[in-house]
Amino acid sequence: MLSKGLKRKREEEEEKEALAVDAWWLDSGHPAVAQAPQPVASSSLFDLSVLKLHHSLRQSEPDLRHLVLVVNTLRRIQASMAPAAALPSVPTPPTAPGAVDNLLTSSDAALSASMASLLEDLSHIEGLSQAPQPLVDEGPPGRPTGGAPPSLGALDLLGPATGCLLDDGLEGLFEDIDTSMYDSELWAPASEGHKSSPEGGPGKEEAPELDEAELDYLMDVLVGTQALERPPGPGR
Amino acid sequence: MEEDIDTRKINNSFLRDHSYATEADIISTVEFNHTGELLATGDKGGRVVIFQREQESKNQVHRRGEYNVYSTFQSHEPEFDYLKSLEIEEKINKIRWLPQQNAAYFLLSTNDKTVKLWKVSERDKRPEGYNLKDEEGRLRDPATITSLRVPVLRPMDLMVEAAPRRVFANAHTYHINSISVNSDYETYMSADDLRINLWNFEITNQSFSILSWGPRTGWLERRVLSSFQPHQCRNLYLLSYPKHLLAWHHQQAQPRVFEEPEDPSNRSFFSEIISSISDVKFSHSGRYIMTRDYLTVKVWDLNMENRPIETYQVHDYLRSKLCSLYENDCIFDKFECVWNGSDSVIMTGSYNNFFRMFDRNTKRDVTLEASRENSKPRAILKPRKVCVGGKRRKDEISVDSLDFSKKILHTAWHPSENIIAVAATNNLYIFQDKVN
Repeated sequence: MLSKGLKRKREEEEEKEALAVDAWWLDSGHPAVAQAPQPVASSSLFDLSVLKLHHSLRQSEPDLRHLVLVVNTLRRIQASMAPAAALPSVPTPPTAPGAVDNLLTSSDAALSASMASLLEDLSHIEGLSQAPQPLVDEGPPGRPTGGAPPSLGALDLLGPATGCLLDDGLEGLFEDIDTSMYDSELWAPASEGHKSSPEGGPGKEEAPELDEAELDYLMDVLVGTQALERPPGPGR
Repeated sequence: MEEDIDTRKINNSFLRDHSYATEADIISTVEFNHTGELLATGDKGGRVVIFQREQESKNQVHRRGEYNVYSTFQSHEPEFDYLKSLEIEEKINKIRWLPQQNAAYFLLSTNDKTVKLWKVSERDKRPEGYNLKDEEGRLRDPATITSLRVPVLRPMDLMVEAAPRRVFANAHTYHINSISVNSDYETYMSADDLRINLWNFEITNQSFSILSWGPRTGWLERRVLSSFQPHQCRNLYLLSYPKHLLAWHHQQAQPRVFEEPEDPSNRSFFSEIISSISDVKFSHSGRYIMTRDYLTVKVWDLNMENRPIETYQVHDYLRSKLCSLYENDCIFDKFECVWNGSDSVIMTGSYNNFFRMFDRNTKRDVTLEASRENSKPRAILKPRKVCVGGKRRKDEISVDSLDFSKKILHTAWHPSENIIAVAATNNLYIFQDKVN
């Protein structure tokens, strides 16, 4: 389930990550992630968070709040594991020290591997084509390969009723907008093209930001596919 | 605070399969109407049960009006979205009462996707003596009718009927978490994770998106709306996000952000999760805002955004258990919080069927338990205490013995009296203040 062509820095750590994901595959019918990480070897916080992320994305309709919080926690954990991160000493959770130490030096590969498997997994779930960039293929006028969803008819009625009371006022709230990850944008406010986010940079060229950008992309894929039900209206 | 207990279990156990009964009976929302005469509960099975307070009788002056079941109806059914191949849960997420304008009661109930307007009305008369149909309702042969009579209304046993009057569907991609009736009583709003829609009660096939945002890089940080409450007289809307609270006045360019600086000594991987706001409520006076995050309840002054004016610890002993609570997902539980009628006391739930009350004036707090095993009807509730370490006293319970499956997420306080409704999984408890 690991995507080919992805750099693999450390063979042994990737195996470890593959094991964790394998366990998840075996446990795919398992309702609660909590019961999975019982063995000491796999109970590091990072693994747990990745498992939760898998599980959350696996839902047909993920709980966005849960997803957002898990992803942000995963970022924090990953940031604390990256040697270049300049964080103050963070109290480490009571995990198996061995596992954490091993993962410290290979977080990139582990995360990349899980993200790749997630992407592949998503493409199966959402019925997308094999192209790993579904959003590029399906612009606002486009529709998923299955054709226009029947419920779109009702939603189309919402199209003209897009009076937004606070169109200008809220733009300040979204200063960290960065849409360079993909082209199609179903909500296209006037202020498109803001300066890039101070947090997760978009640049694929910047190696330290790579994983965060992939995480963001992953979220966007998820929300993007779900949002295809909305009518392609002008702005909001 | 002394309390009198009046316990009700809303569902009889006539369903054979115990686990099914428990699952569908889990109460998911509790709401008093504007006068407090009615109390509505919604459950995971899509049912709404309305309790009505009995009129106080002269014969039993020592007993306050008790709540009895007034009406039960199936509000939402599970649906299947064939396109996405997923089931839409029938669980009632929120109930909101409309102010009463005539003899009938109106309420809004919503599941994840669809809002419905229900009319609950009483019928105590029945027409009799039709010409064209007989008493059983069968049509009569017109040839057999030789004389005309005027139908009359005869009294009958009181019947409470609930009828759906409007269905508002297909406007939310994500799960509806809040609904709120506007003060014009002609419109209302529904909110999901990423969108707030404005509806007119008369129009079901159209809504206005007054606030929405789409996927953008960085949206992970702060865009998921966890609760939403408008304040009618000020046209002020509260939007709570994982990280902070926004107060938005639609005439202002920028919303105001209420955010307390993070305490660096308490920082952990879970800091963001535990500071994520699960509920937000305006005080009745409109001057204060109460927010609930995982471990605390905070009261904010509307005019001061940089820090809350009061912070109350709900169950700080859980701080050392965050990793386990993350593991079993309890850390994501969304607890609600409520004000009493005079805004002097706030209440919120916890685990082990405990709930907490904080008196803002005296700064006293109490932990109470909603369970039948540990309290008899009409007995005064005994305060509970959790032992955090060291020696455990006789009546205390240790942190490790807490039952995390017994969580009190939903509570309600009567608008003017000291009557509270507490939902403990599939049981509803109504507590009243003891009158000497």
